[in-house]
Amino acid sequence: MIPRMYDLSGKVAIVTGSTKGIGRSIAEQLAHHGARVVVSSRKADACDAVAAEINAKWVRGPAEAIAVPCHIGHKDQCRHLVDRTLAKWGQVDILVCNAAVNPYMGSLMEMPDEAFDKIMSVNVRSNIWLASMVGPHMKAQRDGTIIVISSTGGLRGSAVLGAYGLSKAADMHLVRNLTVEYGPYNIRSNCIAPALVRTDFARALWEDPQRYETAIRSYPLGRIGEPEDISGIAVMLASKAGAWITGQTLVVDGGAMAAIGRYA
Amino acid sequence: MAETPEEMFDLGGKVAIVTGSTKGIGRAIAEQMAALGARVVVSSRKADACDQVAAEINAALDGSAGEAVGIPCHILHREQCEALVQRTVDRWGRVDILVCNAALNPFLGSLRDIPDEAFDKTIDANIKSNVWLTNLVIPGMIERRDGVILIIGSTGGLRGTENLGTYAMTKAADMQLVRNLTVEWGRYNIRANCIAPSLVKTDMAKALWSDPRRLDIVNRSYPLQRIGEPDEVAAIAVALASRAGQWMTGQTIVVDGGMMAGSLVSEA
Repeated sequence: MIPRMYDLSGKVAIVTGSTKGIGRSIAEQLAHHGARVVVSSRKADACDAVAAEINAKWVRGPAEAIAVPCHIGHKDQCRHLVDRTLAKWGQVDILVCNAAVNPYMGSLMEMPDEAFDKIMSVNVRSNIWLASMVGPHMKAQRDGTIIVISSTGGLRGSAVLGAYGLSKAADMHLVRNLTVEYGPYNIRSNCIAPALVRTDFARALWEDPQRYETAIRSYPLGRIGEPEDISGIAVMLASKAGAWITGQTLVVDGGAMAAIGRYA
Repeated sequence: MAETPEEMFDLGGKVAIVTGSTKGIGRAIAEQMAALGARVVVSSRKADACDQVAAEINAALDGSAGEAVGIPCHILHREQCEALVQRTVDRWGRVDILVCNAALNPFLGSLRDIPDEAFDKTIDANIKSNVWLTNLVIPGMIERRDGVILIIGSTGGLRGTENLGTYAMTKAADMQLVRNLTVEWGRYNIRANCIAPSLVKTDMAKALWSDPRRLDIVNRSYPLQRIGEPDEVAAIAVALASRAGQWMTGQTIVVDGGMMAGSLVSEA
């Protein structure tokens, strides 16, 4: 039985970047709590495979997963993603903006303009596109949830992830602005800001055992995150439990921000 | 289904103490935790109110594995806090979840005018008792390498206020308390978080919402156009106590209908 406050039966969700890592875990958990879920990433075959696995293992109640590929950097593909969802299920209740890129590591002072533009357009502008495309439908039904996956990188300076951090800080402000613009229509918008999570995206930061041992010293809970550590928080925000929370950034980081400099 | 995925929001087998849980947010937390399978201690000053609420929770459980029992405690008295934890351990063997929800606000007005006694009482009830209670449950949590501490704060602790100054200071201290508990006990897999609501429809805050004209003004000041319900704050607390919250600690989760994020009225 799905717990009452976390029940998503009847809801339709779009999760970008959901064939791997945090996005995939969120798609799985949304389906497991009753939602119909659109699995999306750039590659159609990967979307198909993950949607099939979710249908085999995770769905409960009226849940179902379908695949709609989308490169969020292209506005026409974002439009197609939302249109396909509406064509299939006639509504969209939950938008999870999880897809993001980081094509550059190094000093912000030496960064090529193209890399900066790509980070800001994919990590920020695409989220605005998607929010603007689902907005009219959520407004009409006076109900909706937008979740943007940000990062604790947007809360502190970084020697090598400066522009990525800038884009993630912008996402925190985006949900504040969506709250002001969409709040009166009962649309809730929040960020989840994880620290280091065991995903392919962040593999360079945890794969090397020595580097891992150093990294976990920053975390009071003594470990980096797993995708499932993030997806339960997303379900909480998307469900009735999150009906009165909006404009916030939920830091999910094993205690790292509370203990800056104390555990190193 | 090839295998059953582990449930995110299950509290089966867990033992929880919720202070101030005969009314409002505390009661909603106790109800929801019991519905997810937890054994819950309902606590407030009056024994008969505790027993009655526990009985009502048990009657509403409808097949859930949860259970509620009333154990009275006036959190201003250290020996009563000790008895609360001891009686819980005597009955159910341990404490997995501590929710410090009880709080006092004996004075409304300028900080300039607050009597020392009211100041001390606010500090003692809203900060010191939370330190007592956490210190009482933490040894068992260390032993089991597992525990959740939740403190109900307030958005009052995030900005200045004209007539709730001392109360707001204690709520800011609660936010620091969970950061400190994280640094001290995080290594034993003890998670400590604060939930900071703005105005919620409870008896404690009744003066702020019972007048319809005033309520209308307050409602319109929130992006979501309404004040909160106890269930909406409780469900965040309950989620943090479950597997969903297992990597979240040292944080303050603001649950406020969007109030802190921005104003609908142009401030420029």
